[in-house]
Amino acid sequence: MLSRLLRTYLRPYSSTLTAVVVLQLIGTIASLYLPSLNADIIDRGVATGDTGYILSAGGWMLAVSLVQIACSIAAVYYGSRAAMGFGRDVRSAVFHRVGGFSAREVAQFGAPSLITRSTNDVQQVQMLVVMTCTMLVAAPIMGVGGIVMALRQDLGLSWLMLVCVPALLVSIGLIVSRMVPQFRAMQDRIDAVNQVLREQLTGIRVVRAFVREGEETRRFAAANDALTGTALRVGRLTALIFPVVMLILNASSVAVLWFGASRVDSGEMQVGALTAFLMYLMQILTSMMMATFISMMIPRAAVCAERIVEVLDTESSVSPPRDPVRQVHGRAELELRDVEFRYPGAAAPVLSGISFRVTAGQTTAVIGSTGAGKTTLVSLVPRLFDATSGTVSVDGVDVRDLDPQMLWTRIGLVPQKPYLFSGTVASNLRYGNPDASDEELWEALEVAQARDFVEAMPEGLEAPIAQGGTNVSGGQRQRLSIARALVSRPEIYLFDDSFSALDLATDARLRAALRPHTAQAAVVIVGQRVSTIADADQIIVLDDGVIVGMGTHDELLDSCPTYIEIVESQLTAGSAA
Amino acid sequence: MSDRPVTTTRPPAGGGGFGRGPFGGAGMPAEKSMNFGPSMRRLMGRLSPERPRILAVIGLAVISVVFAVVGPKILGHATDLIFSGVIGNRLPAGTTTEQAVQAARAAGDDNFAALLARMDVVPGRGIDFGALGTVLVWVLALYVAASVFSWLQGYLLNDAVQRSVFRLRADVEDKLNRLPLKFFDGQPRGELLSRVTNDIDNVSQTLQQTLSQLLTSLLTVIGVLAMMFVISPLLALIALVTIPLSMVVTAQIAKRSQKFFVAQWANTGTLNAHIEEAFTGHELVKVFGRQPEVEQVFRDRNEELFKASFGAQFVSGIIMPTMMFIGNLNYVVIAVVGGLRVATGSMSLGDVQAFIQYSRQFTQPLTQVASMANLLQSGVASAERVFELLDAEDQSPDPADPVPPTSRRGRVEFEQVSFRYDPEQPLIEDLSLVAEPGHTVAIVGPTGAGKTTLVNLIMRFYELDAGRITLDGVDITAMRRNDLRSHIGMVLQDTWLFGGTIRENIAYGNPGATEEQIQAAARATFVDRFVRTLPDGYDTVIDDEGNNVSAGEKQLLTIARAFLADPSLLILDEATSSVDTRTEVLVQHAMAALRSDRTSFVIAHRLSTIRDADLILVMDAGRIVEQGTHDELLATRGAYHRLYSAQFSGALVPGDGEVSGEEVTGVRG
Repeated sequence: MLSRLLRTYLRPYSSTLTAVVVLQLIGTIASLYLPSLNADIIDRGVATGDTGYILSAGGWMLAVSLVQIACSIAAVYYGSRAAMGFGRDVRSAVFHRVGGFSAREVAQFGAPSLITRSTNDVQQVQMLVVMTCTMLVAAPIMGVGGIVMALRQDLGLSWLMLVCVPALLVSIGLIVSRMVPQFRAMQDRIDAVNQVLREQLTGIRVVRAFVREGEETRRFAAANDALTGTALRVGRLTALIFPVVMLILNASSVAVLWFGASRVDSGEMQVGALTAFLMYLMQILTSMMMATFISMMIPRAAVCAERIVEVLDTESSVSPPRDPVRQVHGRAELELRDVEFRYPGAAAPVLSGISFRVTAGQTTAVIGSTGAGKTTLVSLVPRLFDATSGTVSVDGVDVRDLDPQMLWTRIGLVPQKPYLFSGTVASNLRYGNPDASDEELWEALEVAQARDFVEAMPEGLEAPIAQGGTNVSGGQRQRLSIARALVSRPEIYLFDDSFSALDLATDARLRAALRPHTAQAAVVIVGQRVSTIADADQIIVLDDGVIVGMGTHDELLDSCPTYIEIVESQLTAGSAA
Repeated sequence: MSDRPVTTTRPPAGGGGFGRGPFGGAGMPAEKSMNFGPSMRRLMGRLSPERPRILAVIGLAVISVVFAVVGPKILGHATDLIFSGVIGNRLPAGTTTEQAVQAARAAGDDNFAALLARMDVVPGRGIDFGALGTVLVWVLALYVAASVFSWLQGYLLNDAVQRSVFRLRADVEDKLNRLPLKFFDGQPRGELLSRVTNDIDNVSQTLQQTLSQLLTSLLTVIGVLAMMFVISPLLALIALVTIPLSMVVTAQIAKRSQKFFVAQWANTGTLNAHIEEAFTGHELVKVFGRQPEVEQVFRDRNEELFKASFGAQFVSGIIMPTMMFIGNLNYVVIAVVGGLRVATGSMSLGDVQAFIQYSRQFTQPLTQVASMANLLQSGVASAERVFELLDAEDQSPDPADPVPPTSRRGRVEFEQVSFRYDPEQPLIEDLSLVAEPGHTVAIVGPTGAGKTTLVNLIMRFYELDAGRITLDGVDITAMRRNDLRSHIGMVLQDTWLFGGTIRENIAYGNPGATEEQIQAAARATFVDRFVRTLPDGYDTVIDDEGNNVSAGEKQLLTIARAFLADPSLLILDEATSSVDTRTEVLVQHAMAALRSDRTSFVIAHRLSTIRDADLILVMDAGRIVEQGTHDELLATRGAYHRLYSAQFSGALVPGDGEVSGEEVTGVRG
């Protein structure tokens, strides 16, 4: 998954990446050349007392250093460019893909998970690309180059490399392989501690009401203990890495001197070469060490890549029509014919055999217990889901054939969970109709019983709204969300349990004000309270995804046992005690 | 509608919260600490219980650095021995060193003569492997010891840090239990959560990563510098120049990259916010046809982020090569100057080699210290935010001489109570009421009337501004909070359950309850029925997703929890919305079971549920505008009557409050 993601999205940057590799190659060769020059200074300059040679070799070293820094900086430039461009492109691809998703795919992943995938996960993979471009690429070049250069200095000592390099890799590998599972445990423990804290904060009234502070502290202490235990283990392993690496590096240099000495003594090797060999060995080992540490990022990035690719590979279950209908007759009308909806692989359908018609000026109410399929039913109209069989048609045209933009301008949806976007009251109200005048906004607020509190805000229509609408109360959020649908003047209104957070008086006033406003529109109201829906032209009683009753309030009271049960529960429960 | 204080007291535009809230600019993650020095000292102060360990760490670090620093110097001796052997091999055997020096002078090779004169060469003899072996064994021993000490130091430091972080977490948790609820109302919950989780994590990571490295890095710089001066003051001075040089360069680059980093985090924030909105409001974006605009905004912000993060990555990426370059520069100069000095005999080759190793060791910790500055800044900023929380004012302590808990009958009296969340905004003024033992008191009224506030005051979640509340004649402030609350059972609108099994959640109100008691409570509150349909029964784990248990069933669980606690006083905040009608009936029955023989305060949303109440209080704007029984209030045709009519909009309200079963058919639109 990781390699596929990288292959696909790094392709546009292949020339940039080639430049990175070439630059790193030159830079690495340059830095490998320095010890060689240093060896020359010792062997040809110092040993023979040739000061002129020392100076000219020094000049060369300086020049080589300049080449090295130029190449490194250029490599960082191109590497950052490619990595950040990669991140931007992947983010964009994920965002675009999710934009095409239907409510089903969004629900399947969950909005929070999709957010994490398009932000943090992309960042993780992007970080790996950065590190690879700036450091990891150089490691094998440095390793191979260092070995070549070292062997050029002296072949006889090459066996030392065969000992030192594996020794380093094995010991780091041993420590790291012990750390990886601990890291995972650590994350779980951090989550556990945070969950306890989260629960304590959200449930603080309950905790105090039931006098459970002591118990909560114990619960927290247990989680904190477990976390600290793991952190101690991880920390102790981490503390081991540096001393072990240093020991191997230092022991290697001692070994080089000891075994090199006899080769120098027998004249097979020069002293300068010995010093250079030592430097190369250090460079090789350092680059191996870097490579190992960066490789530790790979497992994590791989998990992230998998999560990203999962999103990119998911096809939307609702696809726009190939040949969209753009002409419809003007009358507002909504019709469902023998509609069934089931989740893929689910044994029982959520909805089945649903047929009804709503025409202009009519109000249809849908009532039923939780899980009866009311929200799903409403979602079929704007194609948040597509019916698995049967047809949903708006103004006589199957919604699947209608131009999506055209379909959406015909529909005003007030969702069950009223969601407001960050901005101002006005920007939220104009969401579906950017050209609406201030008068139109006030009118909609008036109908939605929101005028009073908006007027009470010092900034009025320009009052700021926080993301999600968290700075207004649930009831205010709901009323603003209703006003928003009113401003876009749709033909079909879908109120999905939109009055639940209003107190009864407000609910009644709102519905009364709504009636003249929606006289030309087809209205669907999903409700829980009988009082909210009792005056609808037609009431549909849903139970377990099928229609068990349809008619007016009076008709249903005579004929539909489920409806009677609902009505009784709301009117008499108090006196049943 | 929810009328918890959060929504009623904050200005509708939000943002500000309480003026006297201790955290300025809440919600904005602090990027830089405000008071670096004092906060840093305080953070270090938190390590003081670990003093013995810290002292040991410092001692071990000094030893290990000294050993590591002396190593190359001794290794230089080894190189000298090898070099002498090489030179000695070249000279004819049997002569003395002086003769060889003179021979070189005679040949006009003054430099070589000087070099020879300074060396310990025996002409004709090769490398002294005995001496070399001894030196190398010493070096090896030194290195092994340095590594062992360094490991011990890291081990102990890790322990000290982890224990300190453990205590910091525990202190914060403890603090949460002592803070007044007023404090929590003034804070966005996410912000507070972020302090107790993310910020503490950040502090812990910073301490772990910086402390050990900072210590060894600083010691290494000092030690290496000392050794350099011992070997050659001249070369040491050259190397010393690199310190200010690298500092200036790093500071310059860091200053420039800082700008990009700030922009990068700001852009990440705005982009993430946009993504979050677009995904959370996904269906609205679609249905309102805003996909193109949303994509456009995304493209712009994504491009901005790209520019900023590229800049940040590039500019900060320059630091490493530049430091390497300075290191190389240093290396070249030392190689040349050192080479010249060896050639003229004023320095040995081994010393030059040792010096090169030192200069390598020298630049590395410098880079580390430089890169750590940022990390430390962010860690201290987090610590500051945690300290702010720890410094917030506690709730008033329990009375020193509390009235002991005795069995209570549950008579509650409010005597001229006044209370406001916001000093500027009056809420409850001069309110008096009496709830007789065993009576049910229902509170109705529009949103924001102060219904929930009233029960919050009984629980003593908040302190009164004036007047007093008594329970069986005892002022509640004269009791310990826990004694008071253990007499009261509460069922709230938000069905708070914690991540645990159903059994644990029911037993929450009475940890010592037996299995029989738990099941009896479950049966009395209709929990038993649905729990038996779950595959894991009472062991079913309630999680955040909560898919296995519906909203209504959760409500039943909270009722069972209150039932098991068996309080003498009950507070019920009726939750109604999005509970399906069948469960709703069960909830009503369960609440009724709970109420029997107990003094109960019921915050009612649905008037049909409170007709039997002994006393109905109609509240508006913090005052009780009407009180009486259902029939009395309907007869007065006042506020209650209006509310009652509105509930059955357009419905005929049966005359004289004659409410009977027939009413069902009387309702129509």
